[in-house]
Amino acid sequence: MNNQPILEVKNLKVNFDVSSEGDMPWTKAKKLQAVNDISFSLNAGETLGVVGESGCGKSTLARAIVKMVPAEAGEVIWLGNDLLGLSHSETRPYRKQIQMIFQDPLASLNPRMNIGEIIAEPLRTHYPKTPEADVQARVIDVMNKVGLLDNLMNRYPHEFSGGQCQRIGIARALILKPKLIICDEPVSALDVSIQAQVVNLLMDLQEEMELALIFIAHDLSVVKHISTKIMVLYLGNMVELAKSDDIYKSPSHPYTQALISAVPIPDPNVEKNKDLILIEGDLPSPINPPSGCVFRTRCQKAQEVCALEKPEFKGIAQDHSVACHFHD
Amino acid sequence: MSLIDVKNLKVEFETADGIVSAVNNVNFSMDEGKILAIVGESGSGKSQTVFGMTGLLDHNGSATGSVKFEGEEILNLSNQKLNQIRAEKIAMIFQDPMTSLNPYVRVSKQMTEVLIHHQGVSKSDALKQSISMLDAVRIPDASNRIRMYPHEFSGGMRQRVMIAMSLLCRPKLLIADEPTTALDVTVQAQIMKLLADLQKDFGMSIILITHDLGVVAGSSDDMLVMYGGEIMEIGKTENIYASPTHPYTQGLMSAVPRLDDSEERLVTIPGNPPNMMKAPEGCPFAPRCKYSIDKCNSESPILVKASNDDHFRACHVSKEKIL
Repeated sequence: MNNQPILEVKNLKVNFDVSSEGDMPWTKAKKLQAVNDISFSLNAGETLGVVGESGCGKSTLARAIVKMVPAEAGEVIWLGNDLLGLSHSETRPYRKQIQMIFQDPLASLNPRMNIGEIIAEPLRTHYPKTPEADVQARVIDVMNKVGLLDNLMNRYPHEFSGGQCQRIGIARALILKPKLIICDEPVSALDVSIQAQVVNLLMDLQEEMELALIFIAHDLSVVKHISTKIMVLYLGNMVELAKSDDIYKSPSHPYTQALISAVPIPDPNVEKNKDLILIEGDLPSPINPPSGCVFRTRCQKAQEVCALEKPEFKGIAQDHSVACHFHD
Repeated sequence: MSLIDVKNLKVEFETADGIVSAVNNVNFSMDEGKILAIVGESGSGKSQTVFGMTGLLDHNGSATGSVKFEGEEILNLSNQKLNQIRAEKIAMIFQDPMTSLNPYVRVSKQMTEVLIHHQGVSKSDALKQSISMLDAVRIPDASNRIRMYPHEFSGGMRQRVMIAMSLLCRPKLLIADEPTTALDVTVQAQIMKLLADLQKDFGMSIILITHDLGVVAGSSDDMLVMYGGEIMEIGKTENIYASPTHPYTQGLMSAVPRLDDSEERLVTIPGNPPNMMKAPEGCPFAPRCKYSIDKCNSESPILVKASNDDHFRACHVSKEKIL
């Protein structure tokens, strides 16, 4: 069972309709390709890190997996069932197994509910017949797991600090004993000393409960620390997917190389002597993506073929795939 | 003579719930042509320190102590005099460039009015200087793009516009308050490189406020670590990274995951940052510090020399016990 992936995403595509200023009512809306042809698989107990700059489709990918945004095409196969083909009520049983935590810990908690109610809500929704005593016992159990004292149960979200709110969000995700937690920038809003606490907590819980994680963040250092494998996205497209050590030690795609060199290392000796690969310019508009390879407009290696042909996403070594005509 | 000399700076805010002291007893000085980084977590008082120095506090805030800029006292000067200094000698850029630019006004107007107002140059000269400044911050096609509105620029480009605007009057000191926090890493690398180049070209000094220890390592000469409104450690950046002598600095350094290193577990600092409404007596870090002794909870430590080369620390526990 362990070698069987619990989640398989195949050629997932998400488009948004956008209309721009000056459009006539009958003008056909333009398509924005937020997520384009993404495929990966995830085993139980593994962590997939997703990195990329703002607007590269990281969050849309997460939302499409749990059907918070409709997908245009592709498959999301969860334990052998394609979630995208199921109706709303047919999806329900699977929702218990996939939970999410979000970036802004305070905004994702209802300010008018106390902590006990917030954490118990998924349980009450999915198992409405659970006796009250059992609900309370489960709430106390998960609160202890995430390092919250259970006498805080009657407090309200505003009484907690950012790090504690994130723990509450994690407790809420854990109460249904999920198999997969999708973490959308869970530590970006936290200070470094608190960020380390939350990252350690997630790693401990993962080991204890055999959780699979999809960890989305823009901070490559944190992602590399927590992930088994890392996917790099650029403008909605996968550019590289490999084991996390390989991504750092032998990045093959020019974008991954630039991204890694741009991450500042907290050590003056390393930082002041490193070769910085600067990429010029800005992210192109996703409404009008460049032809061929999406990165070619900012790529130092770009040649004619890059504008004409979209590079295939193919394996170059074991567990290492890249989409580039001239990869290293 | 040092460019800026801060003595016993204290910043307090009067709120409905009582007085909050955001900055306590801050002392430092900085030489010309240097980059000083102020590091700390949110609420550590790093921004309020420079707001206090430059008279930009909110209406309920007050600053006491002494701030000497080029030998002259500038703390609590009249607004008129401060405006003069802030325009010509000390410039500032902020975290979110969109909130610092007026969305209704073309960039050309926002830039030229600085020169017309403060230096009395003609409109056409001001436009020429503004375009050359946009060139200097490497905005392509500057002569056309200057006529655009702020929303037509990307985040990184907007920060470049802000930098260009702040340099128009050739300031001696540029204060950059989290200039790259809202930007992506690749853009952050571009902006930090640009700031370093400009610092050399214009021969100015920079105070860089940030929470990112990676950015500090790459771009500063000296650094100052703040916690709970007080300075914990101050010294040359290389020395502090090589041998942090304060428990908080040590905790902070080991809490950051490094891309070039794979440790199994991050070292954490237990607990949460202090609530400044009821700041702890004594050392603000004492409740979270694993080395704390009785004295730490009653008496606030003062900065003492940690080694020979301008490295100071504020801690009751001796350096040897911590290292």
